Amino acid sequence: MGKRVGMEVSIAAAEAVKQCNVDVISAYPITPQTHIVEKLSELVANGELDAEFFCVESEHSALSVCVGAAAAGARAFTCTSSQGLALMSEITFIASGLRLPMLMILANRTLSAPLSIWNDHSDAMMIRDCGWIQFFVENGQEVYDHVFISYRLGEDRSVLFPVIINMDGFILSHVIEPIELIEQEKVDQFLPPYQPLYRLHPDRPITMGAYALPSIFMETKKAQEVALRSSMPKILETWKAFGEMTGRYYSPVETYRADDAETLLVTMGSFGETASVAVDQMRKDGRAVGLAKIRLWRPFPFEAFKKATLHAKQLVVIDRAISVGACGPVASEIKAALYGEPVRPSIYNFVAGISGRDVTPSDFIKMVDKAEVEIEEGNREGFELYGVRE
Amino acid sequence: MTETLNVFAVRTLTQKEYFAPGHRSCQGCGEALAVRLVLKALGRNVIIANATGCMEIVSSPLPFTSWRVPWIHVAFENTAAVASGIEAALKVLMRKGRIPKKKIVTLAMAGDGGTADIGLQALSGALERGHDFIYVCTDNEAYMNTGIQRSSSTPFGASTTTTPAGRMKMGQITWKKNMAAIAAAHNIPYVATACPSYPIDLVQKVKKATEIPGPAYIHILSVCPTGWRSAPELSIKLGRLAVETGIFPLYEVEYGRYHLSIDFPKLKPVMDYIKHQGRFRHLTPEMIEEIQKRVLQEYEDLKWKATRGVENGNIKG
Repeated sequence: MGKRVGMEVSIAAAEAVKQCNVDVISAYPITPQTHIVEKLSELVANGELDAEFFCVESEHSALSVCVGAAAAGARAFTCTSSQGLALMSEITFIASGLRLPMLMILANRTLSAPLSIWNDHSDAMMIRDCGWIQFFVENGQEVYDHVFISYRLGEDRSVLFPVIINMDGFILSHVIEPIELIEQEKVDQFLPPYQPLYRLHPDRPITMGAYALPSIFMETKKAQEVALRSSMPKILETWKAFGEMTGRYYSPVETYRADDAETLLVTMGSFGETASVAVDQMRKDGRAVGLAKIRLWRPFPFEAFKKATLHAKQLVVIDRAISVGACGPVASEIKAALYGEPVRPSIYNFVAGISGRDVTPSDFIKMVDKAEVEIEEGNREGFELYGVRE
Repeated sequence: MTETLNVFAVRTLTQKEYFAPGHRSCQGCGEALAVRLVLKALGRNVIIANATGCMEIVSSPLPFTSWRVPWIHVAFENTAAVASGIEAALKVLMRKGRIPKKKIVTLAMAGDGGTADIGLQALSGALERGHDFIYVCTDNEAYMNTGIQRSSSTPFGASTTTTPAGRMKMGQITWKKNMAAIAAAHNIPYVATACPSYPIDLVQKVKKATEIPGPAYIHILSVCPTGWRSAPELSIKLGRLAVETGIFPLYEVEYGRYHLSIDFPKLKPVMDYIKHQGRFRHLTPEMIEEIQKRVLQEYEDLKWKATRGVENGNIKG
């Protein structure tokens, strides 16, 4: 068992990156991820981490530096939020298309306008389609753990994709939580040095980033799509190996008191912990309510999600972002995932917690109450923004 | 005597082609020639980051490639950032003993659009951070790959598809951005201008850049018959005329000190250069006069910097 310390989650993330012996770090400040890069710069300055650390001139360049570094065979890291992600979004699609492993921690923060430094998932939702493996973690331990998991997974020769860890800005990044650290010898065994399948080097010249005509592009897209979907067994395997090392086992969709639930709350990210408190309260009141937490966002875990939720009568899906003019993005994906099922639960979609507005256990209870009433009255297509001051 | 020496020197260039023939560039393309010469200067121990543009497109139609050296294209505006990542990776991987230590040059290549406009930020960042790399801008004076739209590198008066010569407006209304000066203002150890019409000079400058630690910036005039509306067989001649008229002087800035690579007792009139190019055919005598005056003025300024020993912007002695 590793040492257990109280640590700011951003610092824990930086420590994990250090333990992974990354080679190249590109940094640009944006609230609320900056503590991570500040800590990393300190670790490098003190000689605790041997890496090339660059303060780049924009987030677009931050990810471009990582792409260049990964292409040359280095283990690369960057992190950002909100506007920074928006600026580097062009490169996220390219990094995936070029099949280059790297890690980005995204401290989720609202996309402007209006400007806001507080947390929601609008930044992550913007790059749903970028082709990275995407995790949503719910507490500090998960952030720390997934740094190791992400590098081992992304660099696996049967995977070769960049990975994002979504962690709620401020709600996770700036709080002190108990973190069980992993001993370095165990980390080194779990995560060997990066052995690229292809790298830029004069000994074996290759061309990366060619352009493709319509006659060949579709095939490259299929290759990418098949590869991302096929990474699922390796994701599960990596989680299993991690569990064997630490006793902490992760899964694509985690359930809490869900087996006999009629109503299931569905959340992503730090909402999960708060919702579980609400579930306990509702259970005390004799209500058959449970919780399903989506941890793996891409590739979307269709099978695991169905297994966890199909038995329920209704799902109350809490989105932390909105596709303006349309819907809550997670709910729309869930609806798509379940559409083909002959028997499927009703789905009520709330958008809550936008831009850091606090969502308490009693808010979750109110949302379940509302959803159950609405569905009872025949509203099977419910969608609303929760908690707006009218 | 000098002529014979030049011919002899050309034969010392390697016969190897690291930029394989079969690429799709236009007949008479000055840029392809520049790339070919740059690669001959560098040899095989190079890794190239290339911007979106003519050279990237003509050379990498999946599944073919012209690059016999390691090469990556990522996007349009981030060449210098990608090159920074490559340079950093090589440095740290060699330091950690994960790849054998050996000299590998990191080369960033981009056109004028990808350098002076959309790529300026990434270039500035990379120069400021002091990466050990060479940035080559192949300047054909417009966004040629997308169909001849103007860039900030398009010369005054040139007609492009977004600065067409019409009744109310007469082509590009701003003066060409001085990228070499911008690079030099970053206080990097080596800046140079070059032209494939002077191949030995170009190759020597590239080789010099590899020997100077830190960032190097080389700005190469790339004649573009398609965009400039000139005859393809005139590309070499036009490159020479650009230099001989003082429009594109060849010089170096080494640790802030300016050196002219070639000087002429008397510059040829700019008309000698302009008259071969359809992009200038609408120019009025007044506009040509204006160009002539400004070219002479800038050439004088450059000569003054080179002879008065201007170092890092300060006058010496």
